[in-house]
Amino acid sequence: MKILVAVKRVIDANVKVRVKSDNTGVETANVKLSMNPFCEIAVEEAIRLKEKGVATEIVAVSIGPAQAQETLRTALALGADRAILVETDQELESLAVAQVLQGIVNDEQPGLVILGKQSIDSDNNQTGQMLAALLDWPQGTFASKVDVADSKVQVTREIDGGLETVELQIPAIVTTDLRLNEPRFASLPNIMKAKRKPLDIKAIADTGVDITPHLEVLSVEPPAIREAGVKVESVTELVEKLRNEAKVI
Amino acid sequence: MTILVIAEHENSAVHAATYNTLGAAAQLSQKLNQDIHVLVMGSQAEPAANELAAKAGIAKVLLVDNESCVNATAEQISAQVLSLADNYDYFMAPASTYGKNFMPRVAAKLGVAQLSEIIEVVDADTFKRPVYAGNAIATVKSRDPKKAITVRSTGFDAACNEESGDGSCDIEKVEIASDLGMSKFVGQELTKSERPELTSAKIIVSGGRGMQSGDNFHLLEAIADKLGAAVGASRAAVDAGFVPNDYQVGQTGKIVAPELYIAVGISGAIQHLAGMKDSKVIVAINKDEEAPIFSVADYGLVMDLFKALPELNEVLG
Repeated sequence: MKILVAVKRVIDANVKVRVKSDNTGVETANVKLSMNPFCEIAVEEAIRLKEKGVATEIVAVSIGPAQAQETLRTALALGADRAILVETDQELESLAVAQVLQGIVNDEQPGLVILGKQSIDSDNNQTGQMLAALLDWPQGTFASKVDVADSKVQVTREIDGGLETVELQIPAIVTTDLRLNEPRFASLPNIMKAKRKPLDIKAIADTGVDITPHLEVLSVEPPAIREAGVKVESVTELVEKLRNEAKVI
Repeated sequence: MTILVIAEHENSAVHAATYNTLGAAAQLSQKLNQDIHVLVMGSQAEPAANELAAKAGIAKVLLVDNESCVNATAEQISAQVLSLADNYDYFMAPASTYGKNFMPRVAAKLGVAQLSEIIEVVDADTFKRPVYAGNAIATVKSRDPKKAITVRSTGFDAACNEESGDGSCDIEKVEIASDLGMSKFVGQELTKSERPELTSAKIIVSGGRGMQSGDNFHLLEAIADKLGAAVGASRAAVDAGFVPNDYQVGQTGKIVAPELYIAVGISGAIQHLAGMKDSKVIVAINKDEEAPIFSVADYGLVMDLFKALPELNEVLG
């Protein structure tokens, strides 16, 4: 079975994001960019399925600027077999991303598509579900466990009250949550090897997908700042303040 | 331009997050001068439907009551919503794991963008939503004729939660829509607790890595029980295996905004603050006076938690 993994290049999770002074977006100049953490988990899960003999080939896909090749090389160094970049300098909305991925799925015919549940920049949590809908495939979102057997996949999902398990017919979509696995690091020899693995580049125009935005971002502002309050000296003083000043207990 | 709210419920009762979603819907309803309808999809879900039908501000309840919907999948819910889509221009659900699971399917099939986790309604087309884990707030205008929206519960006060006083609105029974039939619910393990749920609790007592072990959480639980509070945790405490993931408060866990949030042994990583900084009153107990959590706390107590918690337990009586 072939597995397709979608990866996105985002501002590194450890960077403190700053809003631009003209409120048009956030500063991306001279900022470290890395693979979205949830996508790393998706790549890791695909590799584990290959190591178990479930998957035969892993294809990593990214949609973004030329620099997203670095993100795909990372996926290749971790264990993906080949990669596809759909190149565009425009930031696509989730629906357009899902439509581009739909075209690639139709070409590649994978048994599973694994994606992160959300990217840590736009925080949308949409693409996997949208891709599933466009393909009329079943979905297992927010996965903390994935078991493939015969033509089915059982996905244990992180839900608000605990865990839920669903069984999906393959082909299916899986989106990853934090506890699915702990991604490995790429070794130096594998990083060198990855440079020779195939990476196809396609132009967004050739996909035939209409990438006109549906949403217009009017402004991006920093959140309201919460002022620090007072320090109390003792537990007794704390309880007294909560009872008589804040009146919350 | 009628608004359809998809209710999150447990058949016997409606989740609090549904009323927060109705809070956002009520603001839109006023701006558009349009009715709010609520879809209840479940099995033996009449109590939930009756509860909503009796509330002021809801014009109609649509009830899909079918055995197969007892734990409806995203595929089933989205198929149902799409079967009704011609009659509506706004589709709204809580931004919980329930709403997040099916709403993008609805949006994709309608060919529209989804507005995720809105925290403010600016006008009929314009909404505010947090991005970058709450480090920025985007104001976004939708150009789509139909709008699929998930609502962050902490962004809106509950609405449509009072009895109308002049009887119930209509409950229209709707036939179940056929779905793909390629997924099925197998089972669930829900965390059982006598304490209130994190997302609806008025008071939350949360522990971080400073708790040192899962066993030590009993110190928090004792205090939570005296205050009628829920118990939460930081991601560090979850990653360390002290407590299950559904305790997690933060960008990658639950977003909460109780009246009182007591953070114990939590340093205050950005991703944790993103999940609780809208709480009305924040208390931080930490022995490290440089901990970032103190920068958002209304009341800070610099003290070893293993000394502070037993004292707090005693003072609360």
